[in-house]
Amino acid sequence: MHAAALMLADSRFPGGGHAHSGGLEEAVARGLVHSESDLAPFLAGRLRTAGELAAVFAGAAAHAGRRDAGVDHWRLLDAELDARTPSPAQRTASRAQGRGTLRAVSHLVLDTLAAATPRPHHPIAVGAVVGASEGAPADAALTVAYLAVSGPASAAVRLLGLDPFAVNALVMRLIPVMHTVAEYAVRHAGTDPADLPAPAAVGLDLLAEAHDRHSQKEVRLFAS
Amino acid sequence: MPVEHTHTHPVNFDPTATEPDPHAAATHAGRAFRLGIGGPVGSGKTALVAALCRALGGQVELAVVTNDIYTTEDADFLRGAGVLDATRIEAVQTGCCPHTAIRDDISANLDAVEHLEQHHPGLELIIVESGGDNLTAVFSRGLVDAQIFVVDVAGGDKVPRKGGPGVTTADLLVINKIDLAEQVRADLGVMVTDAHRMRGELPVITQSLVRTPDAPEVAAWVRDRLAAQPA
Ligand SMILES: Nc1nc2c(ncn2[C@@H]2O[C@H](COP(=O)(O)OP(=O)(O)O)[C@@H](O)[C@H]2O)c(=O)[nH]1
Ligand SMILES: [Mg+2]
Repeated sequence: MHAAALMLADSRFPGGGHAHSGGLEEAVARGLVHSESDLAPFLAGRLRTAGELAAVFAGAAAHAGRRDAGVDHWRLLDAELDARTPSPAQRTASRAQGRGTLRAVSHLVLDTLAAATPRPHHPIAVGAVVGASEGAPADAALTVAYLAVSGPASAAVRLLGLDPFAVNALVMRLIPVMHTVAEYAVRHAGTDPADLPAPAAVGLDLLAEAHDRHSQKEVRLFAS
Repeated sequence: MPVEHTHTHPVNFDPTATEPDPHAAATHAGRAFRLGIGGPVGSGKTALVAALCRALGGQVELAVVTNDIYTTEDADFLRGAGVLDATRIEAVQTGCCPHTAIRDDISANLDAVEHLEQHHPGLELIIVESGGDNLTAVFSRGLVDAQIFVVDVAGGDKVPRKGGPGVTTADLLVINKIDLAEQVRADLGVMVTDAHRMRGELPVITQSLVRTPDAPEVAAWVRDRLAAQPA
């Protein structure tokens, strides 16, 4: 694992990730998740859907970052991920974290990405940072696959007061799946952006929209 | 009144010594002055923000970012009080960690600040209210140029003595709700003495927003800070 990827996966990385629950807060508010045993399928499902999409684009972005792709390529990659993110609330959450990532890291390659889009999607920013640091697509893909699980897992501890050791055991149990997801992403890292896979998580899209609606009217502690 | 720190000290090797931060916060000419208001839950941060909006709103182009854990409630309070146009208030969600959002990972707050600057060119002052937190929560200098820490007499007269970075290092300490001192049997004299002992030469203001709803002394302090900014 490349150290740039470790930095990005660290919950202490100041890229704004701590305020996002990946749909978990809304699921908790609806009573869908209230214990470690409901959290397990939520995390596994998220990893195989939203996590897989993020891994595919992080891998492709790392590939692009390594060869210092031009503005047009970054714009295309970002637009293709937008097209695979039907929920406006999800897009906003992803772009907020992408912008946060760029803010926290400075590198020439990232200037090209920022010129294409100052608020790129989060997986693209992560992939660009890893690629720009000579990290591999696998490092970037594994990072976002891990974050797809660790973010909501940490939110569950904070929102439900779950036992952090039990929650961490759930994360640990998903490690082989994270590698499977990352390997799948790596196979597509050099693919034309338009032909990249498009795994969907309709349930998470709907939760994100509901979260956004509710945060206008009632208490929500997370941004997404 | 804030004291300009111009003279130099010999290096002090006492790790427990409290002194004003010798490093001036980085100022960025041409953008709004960023003022953090922190302190425990219920000490009167939102009330102070509203007071400053009333006192300064006529003369200073200002906007507010609120981080209260129940985000929209504070923003709603300011809108409802009619002290600020709704487009000049941004609410930030902190993921259950108000201190993280103002100190360790300031991304969401910087996003909110930049959003306000983009939509209101010519802003001179942006006030960032933290969510209520404990005595150790201070603002990062990457987020604000100066910070006020608000405690209240109802929290007990031992609060200044407890110290913590909020009490010891904030650019201004406000001891609020002095109208309640008698009811809660807080000794205001002890609080002020302790505060000065903990803070060295940093300023302390006591106030009651019931008696002086426009927070005149704090507003004057803010005006001085704004005037001291390079144009
Ligand atoms: N008696 C009294 N009440 C105050 C004063 N300042 C604020 N309050 C009240 O204290 C409560 C909490 O104030 P608020 O500004 O919401 O506190 P925050 O949590 O720090 O933002 C509200 O009911 C205010 O009206 C004061 O100087 N005196
Ligand atoms: Mg408040």
